[in-house]
Amino acid sequence: MTAQAPTTHGRRASAGSGGRRIGLHVTGVVGELMVTLGAFLLAFVAWQLWWTDVVGDRAQAAIVERLDWVPVPRIDAAAPPPVAAAAVVPHRDAPPAIAEPAHAVTFATLLVPRWGADYERPVSQGVDRVDVLDPLGIGHYPGTAMPGDVGNFAISGHRTTYGKPFNRIAELADGDPIVVRTADTWYVYRVTGTEIVKPADIAVIAPVPGQPGTAPTERLITLTTCNPMYSARERFVVHGALDYWIPTTAGFPPEITGGT
Amino acid sequence: MYGWLWRHLPGSAWLRVGLLTIAAAALLGACFLWVFPAIAPLMPFNNTTVGGQ
Repeated sequence: MTAQAPTTHGRRASAGSGGRRIGLHVTGVVGELMVTLGAFLLAFVAWQLWWTDVVGDRAQAAIVERLDWVPVPRIDAAAPPPVAAAAVVPHRDAPPAIAEPAHAVTFATLLVPRWGADYERPVSQGVDRVDVLDPLGIGHYPGTAMPGDVGNFAISGHRTTYGKPFNRIAELADGDPIVVRTADTWYVYRVTGTEIVKPADIAVIAPVPGQPGTAPTERLITLTTCNPMYSARERFVVHGALDYWIPTTAGFPPEITGGT
Repeated sequence: MYGWLWRHLPGSAWLRVGLLTIAAAALLGACFLWVFPAIAPLMPFNNTTVGGQ
């Protein structure tokens, strides 16, 4: 009796402390898992906000370089303007059109002087994220007009992350040039207005924006991106109309060489 | 979890720290290269198109 009592007591005690030890162990593992999850989420945020820009900028610059089009001459304010810049004759008749290329094929570049003199980003066919918007930058809505066509040349791009080609879209003001370059033609559009719409508002990329079903008569451009930044709640939309075009063999539009 | 890892790694404390650093770097690299690109399209932000893309 006296010999058994401590044993029973000892068993109970060891069982009790064992349960507490298991409980502590589980708590410890759960805590470590949560710390690990926190580090994982932090790493994801760093990747999304920083690394996709590093990779995207590099990839989009490489795509523009691979097109091997004549680089835009940069004119210093101090240097005298070249003679060729003054000789550019803007055309306002029907510009040469190109057919829609295959999915994910880069067919143009976009130059927006408001976003910096060295801003030139590739425009590729399609607007899905995995094939076009994430790896290639700006995408062209399939089925909408091509550059210079009567109708609406509608394109989309990231405003944040993945090289953020449309990061400064809110700075565009009416009259700002938006220049599209294809292999043979410069198309110079000018901003006519901006609006913020719901993601489902597909009428903004209709041939006549806001009036789906109406036959177009003008040559328009529309840019869509997310709004507000880091959110997908709304879309920021910029509309523009074709001002003039010139063949690439004729030189450069004065808008992008700093002439005007 | 990490205690178990620490106890089962061979060598001195410095060697273990080195091994764990290399393992953590490799894990982060794998996340950057494959895991994050795979889960990013599923995130509910970053959509830029109209019409339910």
